[in-house]
Amino acid sequence: MTWVNDVVQGILLGGYYGIIACGLALMFGVMRIINLAHGDIAVLGAYLMYLLLEHWNVSPFIALIPVLPVMLALGYVLQRLILQRSLRSGVLTPLLATFGVSIVIQNALEQGFGPDVQSLGGQTGSLVTAAWQINSQVSIAALSALIFGAAVVIYGALQFFLARTAAGRRMRAAAEDPDTAELVGIDSRAVYARATAIAVGIATIGGLALALRTTFSPYAGPDQLIFAFEAVVIGGLGASLWGALLGGIVLGVAQTVGAQINPEWSVLAGHIVFLVVLVSPRGGLLTLRSGGGGGARAALQRLRAS
Amino acid sequence: MSLLSVDSLVLRHGLLEAVRGVSLQIEPGEVLSLVGANGAGKTTLLRGLAGAHRPASGTISFDGQDITRMPAHRRVRQGIALVPEGRRLFANLTVEENLLVARRGAAPGRWDVEAVYAALPMLGPLRRRRAATLSGGEQQATAIGRALMTNPRLLLIDELSLGLAPVAIDDVYASLRGVIGDGMTVLLVDQDFSRAAAISDRVVCMLEGRFVLAGKAAELTREQITEAYFGLHDRGVVA
Amino acid sequence: MEPQTDTRTGAAPEPAAALAAGQVSRWTRLSAGFTGGLGVVVLLLALVPVAMGATLVQDLTTLLILVLMATMWNALAGYGGLVSVGLQAYIGLGAYATVWFSLQGVDPYWGMVLATLFCAVVALPLSFLVLRFRGAQFAIGTWVVAEAIGIYVGLDNQLGAGTGISLVQLDSYATSTREHITYWLTLALTTFFSVIVFMLLRGRLGASLQAIRDDEQAAASVGVRVVSAKRILFILASAGCGAAGAMTAANILFVQPTAIFSVNYSAFMIFMVLVGGIGTFEGPIVGAVILYFIQQQFGNDGTWYLIGLGAVAILFAVFLPRGLWGLLEERTGLRFMPLGYRVRRRARELR
Repeated sequence: MTWVNDVVQGILLGGYYGIIACGLALMFGVMRIINLAHGDIAVLGAYLMYLLLEHWNVSPFIALIPVLPVMLALGYVLQRLILQRSLRSGVLTPLLATFGVSIVIQNALEQGFGPDVQSLGGQTGSLVTAAWQINSQVSIAALSALIFGAAVVIYGALQFFLARTAAGRRMRAAAEDPDTAELVGIDSRAVYARATAIAVGIATIGGLALALRTTFSPYAGPDQLIFAFEAVVIGGLGASLWGALLGGIVLGVAQTVGAQINPEWSVLAGHIVFLVVLVSPRGGLLTLRSGGGGGARAALQRLRAS
Repeated sequence: MSLLSVDSLVLRHGLLEAVRGVSLQIEPGEVLSLVGANGAGKTTLLRGLAGAHRPASGTISFDGQDITRMPAHRRVRQGIALVPEGRRLFANLTVEENLLVARRGAAPGRWDVEAVYAALPMLGPLRRRRAATLSGGEQQATAIGRALMTNPRLLLIDELSLGLAPVAIDDVYASLRGVIGDGMTVLLVDQDFSRAAAISDRVVCMLEGRFVLAGKAAELTREQITEAYFGLHDRGVVA
Repeated sequence: MEPQTDTRTGAAPEPAAALAAGQVSRWTRLSAGFTGGLGVVVLLLALVPVAMGATLVQDLTTLLILVLMATMWNALAGYGGLVSVGLQAYIGLGAYATVWFSLQGVDPYWGMVLATLFCAVVALPLSFLVLRFRGAQFAIGTWVVAEAIGIYVGLDNQLGAGTGISLVQLDSYATSTREHITYWLTLALTTFFSVIVFMLLRGRLGASLQAIRDDEQAAASVGVRVVSAKRILFILASAGCGAAGAMTAANILFVQPTAIFSVNYSAFMIFMVLVGGIGTFEGPIVGAVILYFIQQQFGNDGTWYLIGLGAVAILFAVFLPRGLWGLLEERTGLRFMPLGYRVRRRARELR
């Protein structure tokens, strides 16, 4: 029965990975950029909320309200100032630029907040300790359930945005062919900046989830990035938007089951599942890999209104 | 006043000078055909006018306003639309979505989805189809409809009939005639120059990046155009 | 020294087109002189321990390791188009393999050579895995592999687990002897890998890679074996980084998993190549020298030093993606190392 509990906890953990993976998949799908600072941005969001909570005794969920618009603006500026310019010299240059951003954020956080680990879990009151006892072995923590629910809502909202709204349509058009999009009156750069803003916003929610469920430090970002990337790849490199959430769940289950075998094996088990999925002939749970990752872009397109 | 006025426009692809200092005026309501062999610079010129290709020198003004440095999406709002070579539809969007994406950046005007379906009746039944699944003629009609959605005052069309079946070509030209009948100003590029000339007021012939012949469509003979097309014409002459 | 026409470039569509109009050559008198000059530099460097003090020898060892890392990262990214954030896998493996071979009773210096070979052997099967990734996915996919290897090594108690292990076997050498041998071996390995990169890129592989860089699909369609060209570079870079890791172990005498498998090594490599000039032979060397002096000056400033490195990397990616050496070549038209192709007459307009 303990296995059942591991799987349940893994699925719930997958909700967190799904949130972290969502923005990464969106940026890759729209602009073909893999943002190496994605995890650090989530951690930056967590620190901004931490900063607010140091001064005001409110719930972390309230702290998200002022932090979110700041982070959205940051994402917009990041695209306009750095990524858009670096896109001119090919798709690999933004990768290098985001790596620079990653290093700057990590070290700036350490400079500002010190190297100690922090957590916001203590400020949510009963939410952290509340749990539903299903039976003697299986219990579901309220916080984990909330994070998982948030993941489902985020994916649903993003799908609705892309498939049903005018701005979402324009984003799919600019993702498919930015030059032609310009020719029908779409400001592709503004659309890209909006996509990055959304990705950064979702990462911020991921940062809150991270800060609530465990601890974070200035150097927690790269791990979150790697987990997010693993979720995206296991889910089929964006064969569908929901694939990233499914990939997150697979990763979460691998980690909790791995930890059951040997606590030191938790993260390694996730890496191994990632590599196994990679070598499998289909190379992803949901995709036939055709020409390395064209899938992500096509997937966004397929979310059309019907 | 001319709707479009181009002066000494030069467009480059790296070292290659694709358009070498051309000047052109288009009056409101005029239909102009641009003919020339492959590589004459027609597509580059159209892309330059639409804002997809930055000019190396020269000026473009539209309705009295200098738009030489204006990015493509803002020219659309001024009223310039390009139907690009190869249609370039958003393959994974439906026909209707392809039309709708063009609405936001559009100039004010009468075109909307229903007006496009009325003008291009073949599109109505296809509205929910993914663009990738359309035939060539259907794609071309969608591309024209998409351009119309932006309420253009100047419609640039590149290779209207290229790759289409003869029947589809008839359909597409019939649609275009309808649009022209409404008073649209059109700059048309098509390899089938006798068809293109038939609906045009004026014909300009392009060779190696320069205009080598221009005249009223009714007054130019087929021989004159053929000579200019193949560069048999005296190259110094710019009519 | 007349310029030679290199017909092998026929594999690449663009140079082939250029051939029609101009004459393609790689050797200029200047570059021939420069290549010879480099040989002299290596010779002079080899004499340093005889003439100079111990501090300089150790510092130069550090610098040479940086040069080796940068050259390897550049070989992969600048010529193969494979930007990796995971070459620290081989730095760590090279260091730990050195320790392992030493524990088996192999002389540590032979252990370093064996560790280098070991990294090449490990890279071969892994290449089948990671070369399935394209572009940015490759970067982070290799990073995951590095993380997995790092964790795995950190679980091995025989190798000191998470706390690390000293390379005590080197204590059998007198300190100055050890430093000299370490220096010479580093110089030898750095020179060896640089020459290999140089030879490979001048040969068929270079032409293939040039073609792939111009247009991968077109290159594949005229018979360039895209994947095998990339695989060769990947294995080479892995072996080179393995050597760099082995020499790092010899230089600091202690390895610890989170430090030696740290993604910071990738940060340094990216910084050096980006600042020096990606896709040029000289750029990484320039970048290594710059990073070396920055480390000497600011290395103790901790976070501010790293913030500065990151910010400079961003600035170069945005404003000067070809790096300092790329800028120099652009401004002066000079090509010292004959790796790129020069079209002698300006190509006529082709259409």
